Amino acid sequence: MEITAIYYLVPALIMFCCGVYGFITRKNMIAMLISLELMLNAVDINFVVFNRFLFPEQMEGMFFTLFAIAIAAAETALAIAIIINIFRAAKNIDVRSLNEMKF
Amino acid sequence: MEVTIPILILAIPLFMFLVLGLLGMKMTHKLAGILGTLGMGTVLVLSYYTAFTYFFSGAPEFVDAAGNRLQYLVFDQTWLQFTEKLIIKLGFLLDPISAMMLVVITTISFMVHLYSLGYMRDHHGVYEHGFQRFYAFLSLFSFSMLGLVVATNIFQMYIFWELVGASSYLLIGFYYIKPSAVSASKKAFIVTRFADLGFLIGILVLSYYGGTFNFTDLTSIPVEGLANTFQVSEGTAEGIRNIFQTSAAPVFMGGSVLTWALVLIFMGGMGKSAMLPLHIWLPDAMEGPTPVSALIHAATMVVAGVYLVGRLFPLYLMEVTSLEIITVVGALTAFYAAMVACTQVDIKRVLAFSTISQIAFMMVSLGVARPEFHHGLGYMASMFHLFTHAMFKALLFLGAGALIHAIGSNDYTAMGGLRKHMPITHITFLIGCLAIAGIIPFSGFFSKDEILSSCLGYDWVAYIWMSAVAGLTAFYMFRLYYLIFWWKDYKVQEGHHAPHDQPWTMSLPLIILAAVSCVAGFIPFGNFVTWNGHPYDFMEHFDWSVATVSLIIAVAGIALATVMYRKENSLPEKFRNAVPALWTWCYHRFYWDELYMFITHRIIFNGICRPLAWFDRNIIDGTMDSFATITNKASEAIKPLQSGQIQMYVWYYLIGALALGSITVLCLI
Repeated sequence: MEITAIYYLVPALIMFCCGVYGFITRKNMIAMLISLELMLNAVDINFVVFNRFLFPEQMEGMFFTLFAIAIAAAETALAIAIIINIFRAAKNIDVRSLNEMKF
Repeated sequence: MEVTIPILILAIPLFMFLVLGLLGMKMTHKLAGILGTLGMGTVLVLSYYTAFTYFFSGAPEFVDAAGNRLQYLVFDQTWLQFTEKLIIKLGFLLDPISAMMLVVITTISFMVHLYSLGYMRDHHGVYEHGFQRFYAFLSLFSFSMLGLVVATNIFQMYIFWELVGASSYLLIGFYYIKPSAVSASKKAFIVTRFADLGFLIGILVLSYYGGTFNFTDLTSIPVEGLANTFQVSEGTAEGIRNIFQTSAAPVFMGGSVLTWALVLIFMGGMGKSAMLPLHIWLPDAMEGPTPVSALIHAATMVVAGVYLVGRLFPLYLMEVTSLEIITVVGALTAFYAAMVACTQVDIKRVLAFSTISQIAFMMVSLGVARPEFHHGLGYMASMFHLFTHAMFKALLFLGAGALIHAIGSNDYTAMGGLRKHMPITHITFLIGCLAIAGIIPFSGFFSKDEILSSCLGYDWVAYIWMSAVAGLTAFYMFRLYYLIFWWKDYKVQEGHHAPHDQPWTMSLPLIILAAVSCVAGFIPFGNFVTWNGHPYDFMEHFDWSVATVSLIIAVAGIALATVMYRKENSLPEKFRNAVPALWTWCYHRFYWDELYMFITHRIIFNGICRPLAWFDRNIIDGTMDSFATITNKASEAIKPLQSGQIQMYVWYYLIGALALGSITVLCLI
């Protein structure tokens, strides 16, 4: 059985949809952050897959993925810091009750 | 001629205005006054030098080989250039009338600066509030007036024309805590602005058809059969003449375009020179400090209208109709103002109406001037009268100021019998009265006689009319003189000290101006100022029969005033009761102010302004308000979308992205 690109892309799509669903439905900000990471990883898989199957002699996709992982790590640290500060201020990380900034 | 001195003549007053206006509050009152006076003194010397050089140096740029005086552009700098032809320049034009005006303005202005050092402080030597501001405005006025008379083109003249109007407004309203002064300044500004609208339209019409703003081009139009030496650019002059004098010249409502332009320009002059029916601002302008009345509302600014007509005189000669209009307006104004002056109580108002009457004399003189008659004697006479009138009327106003300063009231009823208390004021005031009444050998005699001679050469009706006005002039001036200085013995009130003559800063200008009024009549004016620059000896045209008749009329007027007012008696009362209607009408200035109040309040305000205000409030504001209301309602309606729920935003984003994606896909398929 030949393993083609579609075998990688469909799980990536499922991962991405899970990420979107989680991001929209979860109330907890940490859970939302996890969903966000899930979407990001799905995209990373896509990069690697397309690089591997479409342009096997080049490495840009690979490197871009490594780059995105590094950025994601930094972004996660930042997001966690913000969430901790919100928690200190509001004693709460339920995103639906944090709507003081509306209009 | 060097450019430096003419530039300094304009720059020094402007500089003094800026210094006194910006730094005046930092310096003492005395320093500000002395600085202003010294600045004006410098300008006086420079202007005398310039005028002397122009008239007497005989340099080829000023006088040609035949002895004719030329127009000379000291400089003429482009200031604004809109198109190839529409250029506004600022410059300095020297010709007989501008050189003469330099002398008049700086002389009177310097006298007033000096006089105000004494006038603008009370009997204890305390300076008036705003003393520095007063000197700053005086400097601004001097700058504007000098710029006006040396204008090289009609647009520059218009700019400075508005500037003198603005400085007049500022100085009339100098006592800005007095409501009457504030309303007087507004009245003066609005009336003259209204007249200037006509002036502006006139300028636009004239320059649109003539193709130039420059006086040198506009006034170099040769009149049939006469040599005109004011010719700078032959081609332009011919062009203008062709435009206006050919049969194809444009016509509007029965008058040629040139007539309309000239009459509209004259309307500006009517406003500034207080001709009927735009005279109503001048009597009220007496609310300003008296030195200001002497400078602006007697000697210089109010003759700007005469100067304007004199400046464009060759153009007016091309349209005799416009000259006739000037004559009629001037003659009516002269008589009207003289009648009113006979009944006024406020001594400054008498002098104001006398000023209106004398300016009207100058206007009539310009209106009757024709080149055929004694080389355009009327033009020379008008400028001569402008010169002598500036001197003796400034003298009379400064004298009146000294009286007001000593007595503390403007009404002659508070005076009477002051001749023993204030001898210097008495003698100088008497000289001023004799000059304006036209008694030989005082200056007014000569200039008024020239005006009457040119009236006689024009039409005998004009001559008789103006002679009657001259008689009235003598009568009302001596009525004023006797009521102030004779009539009754002055009673010093309890607790007040007797009125006395003023400090030297106030006496010196009076004495100098009185001396000038004594001798100015002997200036051979025809050698200096003529309409076409060709000098002549006006004594050749001096008509002794006219002179004798006018002298008799003046003496008769004085004699009548002597009989009626020398000693307290009941004759004035009897006269008033004999013609009550006439007296009342004169006393109320023929109800012109009431007529204007009726027109403005009843007709314009109620008939036009109120409907317009309704339209503005309901239609225009209503439209704008409904725009605002709709916007407001719409934003209220969509406000809940901004919920602050971040997951809702993601939903909207997701739905939007999916919708856009599916549209794209559908389009691609």
